[in-house]
Amino acid sequence: MKEEIIFAGFGGQGIMLMGKAFSYAAMNEGKNVTWMPSYGAEVRGGTAHSMVVISDSPIASPVVREPSICIVMNKPSLQKFEPKMKPMGTLIINKSLVEVKAKRDDIDVLEIPATDMALKLGNPRVSNMIMLGALLARKDLLPIGSLSHSLKDVIPGHHHNMIAINEKAIMEGYKYGSRQICPKSNR
Amino acid sequence: MAKKVLMCGNEVLAEAAIMAGCRFYAGYPITPQNELPAYMSRRMPEVGGVFIQSESEISAINMVFGASLRGTRAMTSSSSPGISLKQEGISYLAGCELPGVIVNVMRGGPGLGNIAPSQSDYFQATKGGGHGDYHQIVLAPASLQEIVELTMLSFDLADKYRTPVMILGDGILGQMMEPVELEDSVERTADSEKKSWILDGCKGREPRKIRSLLLEDGSLETFNRKLQKKYTEIKDKEVRCEILYGDDSDIMVVAYGTTSRISRNAVEKLRSKGKKIGLVRPISLWPFPEKELRRIAEKVKSFLVVEMSCGQMIEDVRLSIDCKKPVHFYGRSGGGVPTEDEIIKEVEKIV
Repeated sequence: MKEEIIFAGFGGQGIMLMGKAFSYAAMNEGKNVTWMPSYGAEVRGGTAHSMVVISDSPIASPVVREPSICIVMNKPSLQKFEPKMKPMGTLIINKSLVEVKAKRDDIDVLEIPATDMALKLGNPRVSNMIMLGALLARKDLLPIGSLSHSLKDVIPGHHHNMIAINEKAIMEGYKYGSRQICPKSNR
Repeated sequence: MAKKVLMCGNEVLAEAAIMAGCRFYAGYPITPQNELPAYMSRRMPEVGGVFIQSESEISAINMVFGASLRGTRAMTSSSSPGISLKQEGISYLAGCELPGVIVNVMRGGPGLGNIAPSQSDYFQATKGGGHGDYHQIVLAPASLQEIVELTMLSFDLADKYRTPVMILGDGILGQMMEPVELEDSVERTADSEKKSWILDGCKGREPRKIRSLLLEDGSLETFNRKLQKKYTEIKDKEVRCEILYGDDSDIMVVAYGTTSRISRNAVEKLRSKGKKIGLVRPISLWPFPEKELRRIAEKVKSFLVVEMSCGQMIEDVRLSIDCKKPVHFYGRSGGGVPTEDEIIKEVEKIV
């Protein structure tokens, strides 16, 4: 198993945290994993992305050029990364903020209203965890419980009161993703 | 076994330096190594050390000089353009036989270049960089776990040989996170009492002096001979390299740091297809694994050097084997990172 994943969206949407939470979970599950930020001149409000490689064998390069999985939280990210995806890859789109459809027909696309769902939970900032939950429903990469466990490692101590709502967000995303049973019917 | 954590390479290096007993850090910000001083600014006060964000790279290296003079394990870090500014200070460290650890998280050049990963400071790191007949030990980690190991080794070697040591990484190693174990039990400290040369006040003993200005007739040549003797000892004892499939390969890939990781996977893929390919990974870039390469040159048909530069280490490979076998090159530059497939394609071209 080897997946090359890009998490992308606006700076401030928890893009880096999303990748780190996933990476910690992967590490705790005994996988080889690398995380690499886009460290250009990104600013809050601009687009940011992080690259995660998860594999059963040693990882050569943490740089992801052709992602097999993309998690996109905004429209510029969809436009930037959809064309780069590997055929048969998995694309998860935050439908709340991306009004356009994916163009490719050789990939699996899951749309999820992550920001709306997060608002319903009471905090728009947990939309990233909803996306993560949906990812694990769609792709059997890690047990869903491993994500919740990793939260304490990636959320700073003074924000640990936020762990509960983040866990809830992961489960909501997971439930939503699980309901979309057949990938083909989603296109 | 220590617990695995996820940290970026810059932070891992900083923590490893503290574990090695580094208690003085000075640096000036530059991407892609900023996590290192940021981490030091938080950690140094916790361990009773000193963190200084200096007004320039030049002052930072000279502060390391000052701290080292007093026997303190000291470090500075920067990225390519900033390392150029430090060269004068590194030459002075070598000239005064002072230990010091310098970290270069390489980015694209020349000039301000860009902030993407690169390996184009190989010449500067291994061939002097500053003025004068000197060398510095250069260590090139390829993983975050090896950053821990080599950072701790750097401080030991710097003290042992009273020489500047450079840790040569790149933007990828600095920025990436991967699982790493930090052994918290083996914390070391600099044993300044064992350093017989430090300037700590001469009350009750003969005064000492440390200087690199040697004007008396012949004195500088005598000193340079002494330095060269030390470098010969380092060349004899401190070569480090990893060899993969050294005994039954037709083509040996030679790569260090980040490119060696990518080359390793390419080599394994080619091996699984039955191709006789191996890998030489220099860990110490100076001293360079000359003997190892010479020995391998007897057995293989050719070499392929892979670098994130337009061809720098390739010269040392050619020199090591006296050009007895063809040495091919594949390089990406200015932020380009070679892929496994590109390396495989290059190997297949040679085959």
